[in-house]
Amino acid sequence: MYNILIGGAAGQGIDTTAAILEKLFKVSGYNVFSVKDFMSRVRGGHNFSLIRFGAEAVYSYSNILDGIVALDDTTVELHKEQLKDEGFILCDSKLITTDERAIKIDMKEMAKKIGNPRVAGSISIGAVLKLFNESLDNARKILPQFIKKEYIAMNVEAMEDGYEFVSARFPRITGTYADHMLISGTNAVAMGAIAAGVKFYSAYPMSPSTGIMESIAAKADEAQIVVEQAEDEIAAVNMAIGASYAGVCAMTGTSGGGFSLMVEALGFAGIAEIPLVVIDVQRPGPATGLPTRTEQSDLDFVRSASQGEFPRMVIALRHINDAFYQTMRAFDIAERYQLPVILLSDQYLGDSLATAVPFECSKIKVARPLSDYTGKYLRYKYTENGISPRLIPGKSDQVVIVDSDEHDESGHITEAADVRTKMVNKRMRKLTGLCEELQEPDFIGDEGFDTLLIGWGSVWGALKEAVNTLSKKNKKKYAALVFGDIFPLPQKLLKEKAAKAKFIINVEQNATGQLGKLIREETQIRFSDSILKYDGRQISGEEIVQRVMGGR
Amino acid sequence: MTDSFCTYETAWCPGCGNFAIIDCLKTALEELGKSPSEVLVAAGIGQAAKTPQYINTNAFCGLHGRSLPAAVAAKIANEKLTVVVNTGDGDSYGEGGNHFIHNIRRNVDISHFVHDNQIYGLTKGQASPTSMQGLITGVQVDGNINEPLNPVLVAIASGAGFVARSFSGRKKHLIEMMKQAINYKGYALVDILQPCVSFNKVNTFGWYNKRVYELSNEYDTADKIAAMNMAMQFGDKIPLGVIYKQEKPVYHRKNKVLSDGIPLVDKKTNPQVVRKLLKAYI
Ligand SMILES: Cc1ncc(C[n+]2csc(CCOP(=O)(O)OP(=O)(O)O)c2C)c(N)n1
Ligand code: SF4
Repeated sequence: MYNILIGGAAGQGIDTTAAILEKLFKVSGYNVFSVKDFMSRVRGGHNFSLIRFGAEAVYSYSNILDGIVALDDTTVELHKEQLKDEGFILCDSKLITTDERAIKIDMKEMAKKIGNPRVAGSISIGAVLKLFNESLDNARKILPQFIKKEYIAMNVEAMEDGYEFVSARFPRITGTYADHMLISGTNAVAMGAIAAGVKFYSAYPMSPSTGIMESIAAKADEAQIVVEQAEDEIAAVNMAIGASYAGVCAMTGTSGGGFSLMVEALGFAGIAEIPLVVIDVQRPGPATGLPTRTEQSDLDFVRSASQGEFPRMVIALRHINDAFYQTMRAFDIAERYQLPVILLSDQYLGDSLATAVPFECSKIKVARPLSDYTGKYLRYKYTENGISPRLIPGKSDQVVIVDSDEHDESGHITEAADVRTKMVNKRMRKLTGLCEELQEPDFIGDEGFDTLLIGWGSVWGALKEAVNTLSKKNKKKYAALVFGDIFPLPQKLLKEKAAKAKFIINVEQNATGQLGKLIREETQIRFSDSILKYDGRQISGEEIVQRVMGGR
Repeated sequence: MTDSFCTYETAWCPGCGNFAIIDCLKTALEELGKSPSEVLVAAGIGQAAKTPQYINTNAFCGLHGRSLPAAVAAKIANEKLTVVVNTGDGDSYGEGGNHFIHNIRRNVDISHFVHDNQIYGLTKGQASPTSMQGLITGVQVDGNINEPLNPVLVAIASGAGFVARSFSGRKKHLIEMMKQAINYKGYALVDILQPCVSFNKVNTFGWYNKRVYELSNEYDTADKIAAMNMAMQFGDKIPLGVIYKQEKPVYHRKNKVLSDGIPLVDKKTNPQVVRKLLKAYI
């Protein structure tokens, strides 16, 4: 497995260079996993992409590097300690570094000869391909996906120049992933929503959730979806609710600060029993926090957001497959149970890119049970499973009355004590059915473990890698449980595995151990220790191993 | 009145202007030949906002201030619905002020009837954005020191294509304004002066009745500058009628997906399209 870093200032073209390399490695058969690290600024600062690729599946990023593509001196200074002795630093000859691992290319001069200073990125792409013993064939094929027609020829020339300039260093590893997908968490959520039949997406831009809106908007014409940029998050969520009431699958997305503004409407969807899918792509908070970085600290908040009590579901996205399939499932559950479903993602998962088995949109069918009603229609009819018949306004002779006030079965406002109690009970009965649908957490490792690591959401990849490494290195045995469905909390597997464990450690990207707290609340299971990280950077498999071994 | 829109027992105070408004709404809908199931009456929270509860149509009783985004999205979802928002001045211009301005820009084909009693009724008499200076309330104990917002002027200035004012005491006029607003293709505002007999002891039925007058047929509704001047008349004389009217492209025709006229709610997801989109990532 190889690991390279491409770093420089914002605006220097890191994204394009990384995107081309990622795709090239995937097309050559590698399993690719890449993450972005960037500052909240449009130009300058220090940004980088980490691309890890191998013949076996990659689940997490790593800080140990085989190569650095440095677009500036800062990149060399900040990352040379992570570079293996036999690693390379590919850079322009103008850079001042004297590191003996540096391969300096006079890119400026070469680019000038070709006739455009902007082809420097392609020179380094060519060089990287040679270093890893790749041919240029795939590159020639793929370039048109990234570069405008009129610039292709000069970029090919630049790649060839770079390719000629260096000699091969690393043996080519052949993988079997060429026909897999390579997709980011953000795009996988968007595709999941489209596959589920989303017809209306409203949001107000907020990092790191904006990409979902952009991704759906890019396909809106083709997939026949209305994407509306709302005037604020309050409008966004109320619009989604209005559209859902009128009969279309609707979704909104935001990050924690925007979710704060959506809270009243979340409860409205709850009491009015209107299907709603909301994704909270978490970033560190509170308030504006760290806009371009990552954290998992909204769990406590979203599971209790809004006044009053009503059934809801919270699903944490663990990886690229979840991003697609669980987004689809969120629509299915929202529609069938007529309640809000909150998806919890984060910047790390959203911005990371991974190889995946091509998604199948037939795997989850989104059910949209609507009634064909005769007789007097009661929108909020008391039923055994708590789910009342749903009609779409304008689609029958009946009228559909929904309400944020407490109401009777017909939808009219009431203050009657017995109706209130019955209506709360009706809504809460949905939980019985919902709990039967819960998916148990992912169990990673072998039976016979003595230490159980427990996490949720995007720490899945790091935990998977950590368990593999720890089990190889140690006589003690390790396993992990990673939650996707998280509220209501599935308890069966948790109780079973916890009973067998000598030590239980929660691994979370927050300061207070929010999953730990939830588990304690619901099951009285106690943790022996916690591995918590909240510096805005995702924990890696290596770091978990280190912290498990070295005491936290 | 044939009463296809039914009569319900209300929780309004005897003498409240809301009674006349709901009567006019029912008549307007009937005269336009609408059936209950094709009409959606949306509202936020407040006394005026209880209107959908007392009329037999599809009803969306949402959150305080948030009626517009929900109503607009319901119309986006199904353009065959006749969407009418009936709600208060606090709801529309206070809590929902942001939505008021921005939905003018969208120009979705809905009508917005604001029961403007220049006070918060449901919360028992605090100043609203349209309350006059000096109005004494339980909160504005020394009299309201803030200047009132002029919703008609704001709407015209923000680019609304149909802006009218009416009065709950002139039912014939109000019905006519409602019908014109519903028939207008685009966002249509009717600011309806409505006495709150319980909490606004200044802007009473008599106060409005003494001041209002109906615009003559000669008044040119297409002249924007004249309309703004007319909108600024709110004192000893208050003009009623369509103050500004202009045809504008509506949201559904501007939006590429909706422009074919097929309601969004009737469009199905095409698995072939989804498969094609997914292929792009291989
Ligand atoms: C978020 C929120 N804030 C405040 C309230 C309390 N509230 C209910 S109605 C209302 C004002 C109503 O005034 P207006 O919209 O003018 O309607 P009216 O009652 O006068 O018809 C307020 C402040 C609420 N329900 N929700
Ligand atoms: S409080 Fe005012 S607005 Fe409300 S019903 Fe009574 S009179 Fe009408």
